This record gives sequence, C-alpha cells and structure tokens, in this order.
Amino acid sequence: MILRDIAHVRTGDKGNTAQIAVFARSPEAYPLLVRAITAGRIAAHLPALPIDSITCYELPGLCALNFVIEGALAGGVTRSLALDPHGKTLGAQLLDLPIEEPAQ
Amino acid sequence: MTTRPIRIGAGAGFSGDRIEPATALLEHAGLDYLAFECLAERTIGLAQAARQLDPDGGYDPLLEARMRAALPLASRGGVRLISNMGAANPLAAARATTRIARELGLSGYRTAAVVGDDVLDLIMARPYPLIDREGTSCDLGSAVVSANAYMGVGGIVDALALGADCVLTGRVCDPALFLAPLVHAFGWSLDDWDRLGQGTMVGHLLECAGQLCGGYFADPGVKDVPDLARLGFPFAEVDQDGGATFAKLEGAGGLLTEATCKEQLLYEILDPAAYLQADVVADFTGARIAPLGPDRVRVEGARGRPCPGSLKVSICYEDGFSGEGQISYAGPGAAERGRLALDIVRERLRMDGTDTSAMQFDLIGVDSVDRRSDDSSTAPREVRVRVAGRSATLGGAERIGAEVEALYTNGPMGGGGVTRSARKVLAVASTLIERQLVRPQVIMEVA
Repeated sequence: MILRDIAHVRTGDKGNTAQIAVFARSPEAYPLLVRAITAGRIAAHLPALPIDSITCYELPGLCALNFVIEGALAGGVTRSLALDPHGKTLGAQLLDLPIEEPAQ
Repeated sequence: MTTRPIRIGAGAGFSGDRIEPATALLEHAGLDYLAFECLAERTIGLAQAARQLDPDGGYDPLLEARMRAALPLASRGGVRLISNMGAANPLAAARATTRIARELGLSGYRTAAVVGDDVLDLIMARPYPLIDREGTSCDLGSAVVSANAYMGVGGIVDALALGADCVLTGRVCDPALFLAPLVHAFGWSLDDWDRLGQGTMVGHLLECAGQLCGGYFADPGVKDVPDLARLGFPFAEVDQDGGATFAKLEGAGGLLTEATCKEQLLYEILDPAAYLQADVVADFTGARIAPLGPDRVRVEGARGRPCPGSLKVSICYEDGFSGEGQISYAGPGAAERGRLALDIVRERLRMDGTDTSAMQFDLIGVDSVDRRSDDSSTAPREVRVRVAGRSATLGGAERIGAEVEALYTNGPMGGGGVTRSARKVLAVASTLIERQLVRPQVIMEVA
C-alpha cells in the first residue's frame, strides 16, 4: 500500500517554505496516516529535497496533517533557479510513500 | 446593514486567470459581490516598473479586458466588484475603469481607488529589519523598486460605504477582498474576532477561484474531476454570523466537495491556528466542513484572535539577471547524451571564469523536479537538458543560453529544440511596519 491509497495532498509555498497538507480519505485512515508520515520519513523519501526543518500540525477535525518544510525552495519563488520554484510538484512526490497495512 | 445572507463570488484567482467563469457567475449566480484576486507577491514590483515608464500605467494588464466583460453584467445585476487589480496604481486603474464605464454607457458608475499601501518612502527613511533574512530595508538601497504594506479591510469598507460600485486596491491581504463586503454588509465590528476569523476563512477558500471547484485537484483514476475544461468558479452564501455555504453554478465544469474545500482550506497555510492577517489572526483548527448536496458544502467554525500590531510589507528589489537554455535528446542513450551535454556546458562556462557552483544543471524527465532522484537506472526515451544561472549583468545571463544553443553543432549527437532566455530578476524581501503608519484613503471616480 502507498500513501496515495489512503490520502490526498495539496502543496503550497510561502517564501522559502514548502507546505504539504495531507488528508485521509476516510476517518478510519487518519490514525494510520498520523503513524505513517513523519518528518523523518518525508526526508528519507525525498533525499534530494533540501530541508532546514519540518513542522507537522495535526488537524484531527479535518483528518489532516499539515507539513511545513522550511528551506525547501532554493530561496523561494522570486530568487530560485529551480524548474518548479513554487515546489508545487512536491506533494505528489510523497504519494508513493510506502504505508504498512495495519494488522487485521 | 442587512441580516439576509450575502452572496460573494470569486472572479479570478491570479492575474492571468480565465475571464469566462466570472461572467458566468455575474449572469447566473445572483451575486451581491464579485471579488477578483489578481496580485501575486512580485506582480506589484513589475507594475511599479511599468508605472515608472508610464505614470498612467502600473495596474493589472488584464484590467481592461476583465472590466469590459464584467461591467455591463455587474451593473445590470447590481453586483459590486472588488479587486486588487489596482496593483501599483489604483487611481489610474479606477480612471481606466471609469473610462470603460462611460464607453459602455454606464453613466454614474462609481469606481473607488483605495490607496495608502505604498510605504516605499517610510521603509527607506529608516532601517526596518527584514523578517526572512539578515539585514534591513536600507541595505537593499537603490535596488528597491517598490514596498507595499498588506492592508486590511478598512479602505474597501470605506469605499463600499461611500457607494462604490467597483473598488480597486493595491496591496491588501487577499482574503480581505472577500472579508470587506461582509464587514460592510453585516456591520461587523472590527474587534469581533471570531466573525472576522470566519470571514477570513470564507475569503481564503474563495481567493484562488477555480481551486475550490476542482482546479489543482484532479488525479485521474484517483481523484477524477468532470469537465475540467469548463471549470467554473465558486461562490459563497454567507450568513451574518459568518457561516457559509459554498457552491458552483449548475452546468459549470469541475466539482465542489468536502475534499476540495479541505485542500483549499490548508493551501499555503503554515500554522492553521494562527493565519496572520491585517484584520485578525484567524484560527482554522475548529473548521467544520459538511457536504449539503451535489457541489454544495457548508463551512463554519473558524475563530479569531486580535490582529497583530504590525503589518507585513513586501519589498520588491532588482537582484541581477538570470539566464536559461534548454535542448532535447531522444532515443536510446538519451539520458547519457543529456548528461554529456550538461558536462560540456558546465566546463565551457568555467573555462570562461563563470562560477557554476550555484547554477542549476537539470535533466528534465530525470531529476529536474523529482526530489527522489534515485532512478539513474531508468532509461527515458527523451530528456531535456536545462541550464539556469544568475549573473550580475544581462550579458552574463545571455551567455548561459548561448552555450546551450552552441550544443547544436558543438555537442552530443541529435540535440534539438533549443530555447533560451535572459531576464532581470525582481526579488522579494519582507519586513514589518507599525500599523498606525499605514492609512488607507479612498478616491472616487464617477462615470
């Protein structure tokens, strides 16, 4: 199972900070999501992503996690030389993060 | 003041946005207000540069096209328009709109310019610490092109109270374009923090227009969006306590669901408990999102805390030049030839004394946006070489594309489709300014 099977994502940017919100497809999937995606797993899954820090905000009412990744955008959209200076493609790249299926 | 619900539509989510969905809303949504968000962070710097060349310029390049399409319908339907299309010159934008209103025979049409966001003189008069890096506003010196404070609802509310049919601003907080008509219509107090928080949530959900209706959402087979080619823009019916029902027009493409609302609610939000605005610190953590029917979603439960004592200021400044070149390779060995091409360009630039350490050498199709970059084993049938770099001079920036172009006859086999560009870089820095130094003013133009 991969993240795409249990969640959807939206990616935004603020200056040199990327923001990836991850939403459980069902309330039942939310605890699995909380366990499965951590700052460490994001960093390991995207080794070429520069990261100063990752903060995770939990929103149980929305069954969502909001990851704020500082330093990820090569200086931010106005100065970056990157092909995708906003980092809009980043969230989709998390969708093949492997998810361990819960024991029945 | 009213107690009946207010209908607000989203007319644009960025400067270049499509025009047809806004006219469809004006014709069929029964709106009270239509707000267009058209001013990205750097856009105002480009507009200021345009104003320096032409004192009557410096507003949104699509303003006239949007107004020609919107004014007849808005005027007929009694829909009041609000937009930050004034950019670096709201007064010129209001005059241009008034001119169009006259041409369309809309005698008496009232367009207000909201000014006061331009704080260039203030932030250059003494050093304001930058909040996103070391240094102060004064360190940027003569490179500074523009400095604009993110104003709140005040000027727009004043303009609506003066009877404006259309309100054009420069820099205001994006959600304020939508919050202001709620404050005006319901007579909300500017220290009614929970209502301001709720109204900010309404504005935040609408400000990217199509993104609430299935734009930036589709993932075929997993998240399908019907008729995306005819994507509609959303509108909200807002109660006097700030609770809102979001919908799109029947027959418009896209979809408006719990999922699209959730995604947009957190879009570009850092701490969801503290969304900093000029008017309020909004808290979205208690938001409740409930589907009411097809393409109809109820959103309520945001709260608010007192607004910050300072306003954010975006400073645009000239930051040298950037240049770029691209070329494609195909067939077996495409990636290897692409890598060889990158090595050749890097070496040629170095031989000329260029520092290539901060430059970007990408293989599009392999590692240009993918941050896994561990798939060197794959053999794509085509790749595109991309080299991008910065330079203090335009000539230096042009050199980068020239070296990529030279690969035609001086590089690997079968390189094709060169594109190259060089441009001035307009960068953005941010600072904070005391709230009481920024006072919005309203100037009314009448057709």
